[in-house]
Amino acid sequence: MVLVLALGDLHIPHRAPDLPAKFKSMLVPGKIQHVICTGNLCIKEVHEYLKTVCPDLHITRGEYDEDSRYPDTKTLTIGQFKLGVCHGHQVIPWGDLDSLAMLQRQLDVDILVTGHTHQFTAYKHEAGVVINPGSATGAFSSITYDVNPSFVLMDIDGLRVVVYVYELIDGEVKVDKIDFKKTTTPTNLPH
Amino acid sequence: MMISNGIEDEEKWLAEGIAGIQHNAFYLHRALDSNNLREALKYSAQLLSELRTSRLSPHKYYELCKVLHMRAFDELRRLEIFFKEEDRHGCPVIDLYELVQHAGNILPRLYLLCTVGSVYIKSKEAPAKDILRDLVEMCRAVQHPVRGLFLRSYLAQVSRDKLPDIGSEYEGEGDTVMDAVEFVLQNFTEMNKLWVRMQHQGPHREKEKLEKERNELRDLVGKNLHVLSQIEGIDLEMYRDTVLPSVLEQIVNCKDELAQYYLMDCIIQVFPDEYHLQTLETLLSACPQLQPTVDLKTVLSQLMERLSNYASLNPELLPEFLQVEAFSKLSNAIGKVMEAQVDMPVVGAISLYVSLLTFTLRVHPDRLDYVDQVLGACVKILSGKPKLEDSKATKQVVALLSAPLDKYDDIVTALTLSNYPRVMDHLDAGTNKVMAMVIIRSIMKNKSWVSTSDKVEVLFELIKGLIKDLEGISTDELDEEDFNEEQNSVACLMHMLYNDEPEEMLKIICTVWKHVMSGGPKRLPFTVPSLVFSALKLVRRLQGQDGDVGGEEVPATPKKIFQLLNQIIETLSVVPAPELALRLYLQCAEAANDCDLEPVAYDFFTQSFVLYEEEVADSKAQVTAIHLIIGTLQRVNVFGVENRDTLTHKATGYSAKLLKKPDQCRAVYACSHLFWVDDQDGIKDGERVLLCLKRSLRIANAAQQMTNVTRGSSGPVTLFVEILNKYLYFFEKGNPQITASVIQGLIELIKTEMQSDNAVVNPVSDAFFTSTLRYIQFQKEKGGAMGEKYDSIKLGG
Repeated sequence: MVLVLALGDLHIPHRAPDLPAKFKSMLVPGKIQHVICTGNLCIKEVHEYLKTVCPDLHITRGEYDEDSRYPDTKTLTIGQFKLGVCHGHQVIPWGDLDSLAMLQRQLDVDILVTGHTHQFTAYKHEAGVVINPGSATGAFSSITYDVNPSFVLMDIDGLRVVVYVYELIDGEVKVDKIDFKKTTTPTNLPH
Repeated sequence: MMISNGIEDEEKWLAEGIAGIQHNAFYLHRALDSNNLREALKYSAQLLSELRTSRLSPHKYYELCKVLHMRAFDELRRLEIFFKEEDRHGCPVIDLYELVQHAGNILPRLYLLCTVGSVYIKSKEAPAKDILRDLVEMCRAVQHPVRGLFLRSYLAQVSRDKLPDIGSEYEGEGDTVMDAVEFVLQNFTEMNKLWVRMQHQGPHREKEKLEKERNELRDLVGKNLHVLSQIEGIDLEMYRDTVLPSVLEQIVNCKDELAQYYLMDCIIQVFPDEYHLQTLETLLSACPQLQPTVDLKTVLSQLMERLSNYASLNPELLPEFLQVEAFSKLSNAIGKVMEAQVDMPVVGAISLYVSLLTFTLRVHPDRLDYVDQVLGACVKILSGKPKLEDSKATKQVVALLSAPLDKYDDIVTALTLSNYPRVMDHLDAGTNKVMAMVIIRSIMKNKSWVSTSDKVEVLFELIKGLIKDLEGISTDELDEEDFNEEQNSVACLMHMLYNDEPEEMLKIICTVWKHVMSGGPKRLPFTVPSLVFSALKLVRRLQGQDGDVGGEEVPATPKKIFQLLNQIIETLSVVPAPELALRLYLQCAEAANDCDLEPVAYDFFTQSFVLYEEEVADSKAQVTAIHLIIGTLQRVNVFGVENRDTLTHKATGYSAKLLKKPDQCRAVYACSHLFWVDDQDGIKDGERVLLCLKRSLRIANAAQQMTNVTRGSSGPVTLFVEILNKYLYFFEKGNPQITASVIQGLIELIKTEMQSDNAVVNPVSDAFFTSTLRYIQFQKEKGGAMGEKYDSIKLGG
């Protein structure tokens, strides 16, 4: 059982002052093995905070990030899964699942974690799963109205990943979960 | 040489004294063992004579006395036991009392008398009060300060458990608590006089040493007050009418700084808080009568702290505090102290008021007028003086200003104290900023909302040290990390300024802008984004509402806010921060689109394009910027054909002119989405889409050829695969211009490229192509309409 935290689009301090207190109390150091951040932190204090939650931190660049050295995309392997990360402002149309599926094929990953829309989604398609953890602070978005703070926790166990989404609605944390199973890779098509 | 000899000598005499005691103690023991009264008296008198020594200089004497004293007391205890056991010596106590008065020298005589007296009282053969009175009077015979102190201390010790207190066995006809009180008071008074007199004992140059020694003996005097506090028979009335006035009289009259300070402190520590509250006036009225050098501020602070704790632990007693008018009494007392001690350093004065403020916040938290009063008093102290330089004093002022913040969870309460900003004005620029950060932190921690423009005004005045350059500090001198932290705090703070009412919210935004606009190029990149998003949130709230209500002008309309936003973002040009401004303009453009304001949206796009053309030079920045432009433009639907054409044409133009060919290629195929929006009334121009895709294909080809030329091998087919995916996208959406054969052609093209002579094996692009083909296969196998579409595309071979 490997726990992976996925979050992003915090937009601190431009659009939000801090993570919700209820989220902060849940993100206890030592419990999570990997952190994936889609970008738009935006300042280094947030980076440092995330490092305290878990030192294995993977961040991609959002268009408002103070640190321009974060990469545009990142791939990593956790257990049996290949994960890809990209903020998503580079994929047009924004939030378009088919276009994101193309990126997923390009990165050749089972799970693509992306952000920018501040809207939680978990979408299964032919090449794998696209997960958008939303905005961890509920930051304003031109794309999504009425953003609730949310983040995702993935529990990777063998060929199975359970995606838990935590959403702060009216002051209460609501949890939902989705199961994904990875099929074994099919043989290459002749060409 | 002489001095060291002196010390050596004294050590020798000290040793001799101890030896003398031990010698006599040995014989005393023997006498006691054989119940020989006469011998016991003789040797005990000799033993006690060691305390008579005058061979030592005064400052050494006390040391000697202390050592001998402790040893001698052991022996006296044994003696007391002996005296008590009449059967051992056959002498009735009343006779003993006579007998010991024949001892040759006065000091041993009185020690023995006290010892016997103690036994006498215990025997109850005479009223306790008579014996006590006798003893306390007789001790007057010893006027030597140190010896007298120790003697009386011994008296206090042996009499302690024999006072006619209520419920004690020594209480009876004519023996009352009052007698006990009088005895202790008298002993206390005499001891204090002796103690005060000590300072005149030695040569003037040794004054410091004398003071040190005096300090070490102070507990002997203070013990009496402790004894008084333990007498159960003393009730509030007796304390108020007899005990306190007598003690205070002695304190005032002795006119000794050391004694006064110590004893005032003693009173406060030793007697119950309840008494202090009820005798507050009396206690405080003694203060101005004390020597001017007495550290009254510490005394008063102690008092206030005790009363504060008392109030905290017993909240039900708060009405009593009001009843005795504790606040005004304390406040007046402090005022008098300030008047009397004109030279009190600022740090002392402020710390005194910090204590008063703490008291006020604990006891009268609802009385904001009291709190403001205290702050006002501090303003007076600070006025007329130059800005504080003393770091201790500034720490005190910060403590003063932080206290209300800690107490009142709602920062707004503190903001209403009229003297609060006035105190802050007296801080130097650096401390002002420290305090401003304290205020912001308090707001963020307590999550207190500031909800009117008036309060925002006050708040931003208070934190002005962070908002702009105050005199004395220029931005260049600041540590970068500290500066960033400050500005980020201000940015976060803006999210706590909120009102449900759009009118008021707009006023808040305007107030903030008014303060923040003069922050200068270093601060604007931090403050502008926060403010812009605050404003955009307001716009969104107003979106649903109509601007004109029945023809009346409504102050808060999206249009007005967009005008303000324009002004705000424009100021970023002084930084300069073109990339940030570009992003913000695009945000506004999208918001204007959502409000159906075509000209406003167009204007914002224009501004962002101008920045792109003129200010964004870095190629990497250009790529991001162009994607943001295309992404935003793709989403807006407010434009008429002409405007839309102008903007899309420009965007496509920029895309084709990016520096690197791959970037060009990607930007151009991204532009294809500008001509196909998947909404029901979205634009769907299949031809223009195809044009874009073909153009990007040409660029990809050119890139491939260039790589052939420059590197001798062809580059990866990644771009082609990306474009293929885009073709598939529009194919599925039903763009009639994109047919199965077009797709087939592209697939073949890629295969050819991959198999060509100078092809370099690239696993990444290979995998990409493979998964794309797999996708096609998947769609074919779907069946239904999709399967039909894909049917004619052949993958095999």
